[in-house]
Amino acid sequence: MAVRRTIVGIGSPRELEEALPAAYYLADDELATAAYLALALGKPLLLEGFPGVGKTEAAKAIAGVLGRTLLRLQCYEGIDASAALYEWNFPRQMLALRQESEGSDQIDIYRDEFLIERPMLACLRRPEETVLLIDEIDRSDHEFEAFLLEFLSDFQISIPERGPIRAYERPVVILTSNRTRELHEALRRRCVYHWIDYPTPDREMRIIMMRASGVGERAARAVVAAVGQLRREPLVKRPGIAEAVEWAEAATLLNEQGSRWPEAFRRSLGVVLKDEDDLVHIAPKIDAILAEAQA
Amino acid sequence: MSEPMFEPAREIAPFLGFAALLRHASFAVAPEQTMAWLAAIELLGPKGIGDIRRAARATLAPPPERFGEFDALFDAHFLGVVAPALQAEPSEDEAPLAADDSAGGLEPIYGDDMHESGAKATGAERLSARRFVAGDEGDTLRQFARALPTRAPRRQGYRWRKARSGSRVDARRMFRDAMRNAGEFVRVHRRRRRLRQRRIVVLIDVSGSMKERTQAHLRFAHALTRAAEAVEVFTVGTRLTRITRAVRLRDHEQALTAVSFLVADWDGGTRLGEALGALLSIPRFAALARGAAVVVLSDGLERGDPGALRAAMARFAQLAWRIVWLTPLAADPGFEPRTAGLVAARPFLDVLADGGTVESICAHVLNLANRGAA
Repeated sequence: MAVRRTIVGIGSPRELEEALPAAYYLADDELATAAYLALALGKPLLLEGFPGVGKTEAAKAIAGVLGRTLLRLQCYEGIDASAALYEWNFPRQMLALRQESEGSDQIDIYRDEFLIERPMLACLRRPEETVLLIDEIDRSDHEFEAFLLEFLSDFQISIPERGPIRAYERPVVILTSNRTRELHEALRRRCVYHWIDYPTPDREMRIIMMRASGVGERAARAVVAAVGQLRREPLVKRPGIAEAVEWAEAATLLNEQGSRWPEAFRRSLGVVLKDEDDLVHIAPKIDAILAEAQA
Repeated sequence: MSEPMFEPAREIAPFLGFAALLRHASFAVAPEQTMAWLAAIELLGPKGIGDIRRAARATLAPPPERFGEFDALFDAHFLGVVAPALQAEPSEDEAPLAADDSAGGLEPIYGDDMHESGAKATGAERLSARRFVAGDEGDTLRQFARALPTRAPRRQGYRWRKARSGSRVDARRMFRDAMRNAGEFVRVHRRRRRLRQRRIVVLIDVSGSMKERTQAHLRFAHALTRAAEAVEVFTVGTRLTRITRAVRLRDHEQALTAVSFLVADWDGGTRLGEALGALLSIPRFAALARGAAVVVLSDGLERGDPGALRAAMARFAQLAWRIVWLTPLAADPGFEPRTAGLVAARPFLDVLADGGTVESICAHVLNLANRGAA
């Protein structure tokens, strides 16, 4: 196993955990351990979890801590190699050929200037400056997953006109999945895996206080308790961390403008629940939930 | 290579032992994951059992819904704590009941006398053979077979082929052309993704309550297999039988006869949950459901544990592209899913509709490709 001991100033999971708040991210020790292991072992990091638990944020924060550019590849149904790897700049190639037939010097239309880099190629060519985020991989097709498998095991790709391109060091790759479908076992196997759960109430409160500076401790505590209750309800779209932060901010704003506390929470409910069915489902229970949360 | 690999085997034996234990409990653990785990432990110090556990979770990657089980096994192996949940783990005597026609003959892959104890009257396996007589759905099925090639659900293939109005310009072809024409681009070539037929997986309930319809369902499966590129057919009752190869026979009488010998649980009870669980626990079969359009022909009169059916359907829904459940009970306009099986499966279905006649089944399969319809 290729163990990479030196990653810019991060020698243990603890150090990573302590560095992440500087990038506005609070990680627990499980996530810090998984991320550290991925970096040290040179393996991709696979983050799974419900929508809104901060998978993409974690990737951004890790890139921030490492001081690298984040290259984001958003997956979708039908994504293929030309969106992920490279494309030839066809109009420029044609123009160059035209100019060449007028002039005399030979022209190579497969030079770098005619190559349009997509995130995966960019990451292979500059592995020490970049972090590759392959976001929501569960949205892509099975074929793309198979293609990724090849990329993630060798960190090498082949352009027919140019030959193989290989990363001279193992790049940092982070994959996220909402688990709307099961990923292939072979892909999971190649990665260091971490399941991001909803944060503990204590940690969620610290996240809210950190991300939304104007929110008081009492409001943050109430929001955390209420959101925790809401997540236990059978909702179409359960509120994530971003929703909790926004709710705390919105309610604080309304409170400053004169709404009393439970009222401020109720009036800003649309920030947390963004589905008509969910709002209808919660309406009869919201008073009880808020009263309990404020106690 | 780091040192632990070369130290005496007894140093790493507990870790290899844990990997073996996980495999025994049907977690998928590859050798490369065990190696990553050992390297991770070394990297972390380890400063305590917590480090070893976190490293195990990160590198051995248990699925989230089995975290509890994973931790219990970890505790049992490294700390000697035996949780009560652990003792109730499935072991060999509950190996999935499944038979595969490619193995040939009547032999199920796993032993077949394991469910006799505790089986209730209706849940009991009544293994029997069956003969089929000709039916009169011929015309419907012939029309169905003719319409299917254009209306079966498709998915985008990974390869490109040239097309008159494709989504992309085929630059390579154009350059090749230009070379023949003194560097002039004469016309624009285009290309598009090739469309492939999406695999259709048909699950036919052969239990006693569906007795009247099994024959028609099998005829339908035969017509479907003959007309489409990729089809897999299983029968479910008290066990799971793969009959794809049998229904692929050209002559339908011959095909049905082959099926009648292959399936051992005609007109018995229904343990859909267990049969589907068996399908999912065999990686070769589970791979067939990946991205497939799944058609279940059953009334959902489940005699097994509805919890098992719910769990199996939840996993199934993650693998399959779309799941359509056609039940003869839905022929009644005031139909509400009430049978235990249907209630358990309902949240995971894309479509729950009438499957009372061969016409309606054919219509639903032809409409598989239309989202929201059917």
